[in-house]
Amino acid sequence: MVELFFQQLINGLSLGALYALIAVGYTVVYGIVQLINFAHGEIFMIGAFGAFVTWMLLGRPTDWSVATSLLVLLPLMIIGGMVASVATAVATERFAYRPLRNAPRLAPLISAIGVSVFLQEFVRLFFGTIPFVGRIPGWPDAKSAVPFPSIPGISGQTIQLGGVLIQMPAIFTLGALAVSTVFLWYFVNRTKTGRAMVATSQDPDTARLMGINVDRVIVAAFAVGAALAAVAGVAHGLRYGNIDFRMGFLAGLKAFTAAVLGGIGNINGAVVGGLVLGLAEAMATTFIPGQFGSSAWKDVWAFVLLILVLVFRPQGLLGAKVVDRA
Amino acid sequence: MLEIKKMVVAYGRVNAVKGIDFTVEKGQIVSLLGTNGAGKSTTLRAISGLLKLVSGEIWFEGERIDGQPAHKIVERGIAQSPEGRRLFRQMSVEDNLKLGAYSRKDAGGIKSDMDRVYDLFPVLGERRTEAAGLFSGGEQQMLAIGRAMMSRPKLLMLDEPSMGLSPIMTQTIMKTIQDLQADGVTILLVEQNAQAALSLADRGYVLEVGQIMFSDTGKALLGDDRVRKAYLGAD
Repeated sequence: MVELFFQQLINGLSLGALYALIAVGYTVVYGIVQLINFAHGEIFMIGAFGAFVTWMLLGRPTDWSVATSLLVLLPLMIIGGMVASVATAVATERFAYRPLRNAPRLAPLISAIGVSVFLQEFVRLFFGTIPFVGRIPGWPDAKSAVPFPSIPGISGQTIQLGGVLIQMPAIFTLGALAVSTVFLWYFVNRTKTGRAMVATSQDPDTARLMGINVDRVIVAAFAVGAALAAVAGVAHGLRYGNIDFRMGFLAGLKAFTAAVLGGIGNINGAVVGGLVLGLAEAMATTFIPGQFGSSAWKDVWAFVLLILVLVFRPQGLLGAKVVDRA
Repeated sequence: MLEIKKMVVAYGRVNAVKGIDFTVEKGQIVSLLGTNGAGKSTTLRAISGLLKLVSGEIWFEGERIDGQPAHKIVERGIAQSPEGRRLFRQMSVEDNLKLGAYSRKDAGGIKSDMDRVYDLFPVLGERRTEAAGLFSGGEQQMLAIGRAMMSRPKLLMLDEPSMGLSPIMTQTIMKTIQDLQADGVTILLVEQNAQAALSLADRGYVLEVGQIMFSDTGKALLGDDRVRKAYLGAD
């Protein structure tokens, strides 16, 4: 029983780390433009595909040594994923959200849903082709799941710790969250753009009076969220072994739940919310008896948690962005 | 230095400022007086680029600046300390001042200007790592003015710096404004406290419901019956 608990603790935390990496993007954007970016799940999906494309362009290496794989291949794939996600997120902001900046709040929300469907279908229909030209020889299409490359040293590897079996992809996800959190902390607290971002989320008009270009800050927020989502995309690929054009839907919804759970607009809250949600799912499927504890019910428990938080603590676990008196 | 021509500004369909003209000459202190809703803050927000003009023009140092984004206007040398101070309350004094210097890149100059603010307001220097929200009203006003000074503006616009302050604190703030003028900063001062504002002002404009009713030198307005009746409580 104790071993099972620790097993699920690790499983839950690593799943939660995946949610947390995506959740940061929801919360950072919400904190600045009060928009729930429902296309953010697709930014995560594009990150995974960007990493996959990078691997294809590197000549689909399968026999690189563990050291080169971990020090060269994986970092290059992460960077490739980030480039794809960040470019998509910035373009989305520019063409789908910025023109609606002063529109009623429902308009950008509907636009976000449109972007979400567009990106899914774009990947489904056009992956592995050059639009209007034809298929790229040897490239898979993305109409169904695409196998994600195995990275020697991570994929399929496990560590035995007492009675607990830890998958290397889980360790990668937790490590990625730890590194990302440190970077994020540094960015927000120590860089000029990060400080401008905090100032803009607290009081946009006064931020303008300081000489802050709010449009640029908004782009930075989208870019930071997208970069972390790309890391999550790689983590997802390593964890499940394949990626598909729909993967952003449920992951995005869970990450959004995590962001609300922690208090939307609050970056620390997104991390805590993600971890709590992952733990809740892992524990519910193990310790709730009978059919209600089967893995088919894990999404139900995740959203039950969301509803409970919304009813009893709508500001989230860590509290949403504090609204100051004027 | 600053010239406002036939400026009209609206919130929705209601005109808050209905075609005003005024000028601020280099080195002057100019006061805008008026009751709540007269359009004083609206005027400052329009100059800073936070509000769009319906019609009219704003000229600064020989160039037209209306329609430019707010951050460009700060870069040109116009800073504003907004009504109600609007500090970043959870950030430290130092972070607030750094944000005031956001448009600048000269690290050395920023440091020396920060020291100047601390010289001017020692209480800020002593508690520079504390959150701005923890300070008293007067101290927060000092920080708001200091923050606006950090962009090293040519024109400093202050929106009701005496609001909510004790008479002694008001005097301190007014003294600071005079010191800034002596340093060569041009000042546009919005006030309800007509006595304090007019005694420093080179020129004053009286606004009522979005229009300038009359203007004169600060001294003349202090002695003007209409001003004395409406703003100084004389009968």
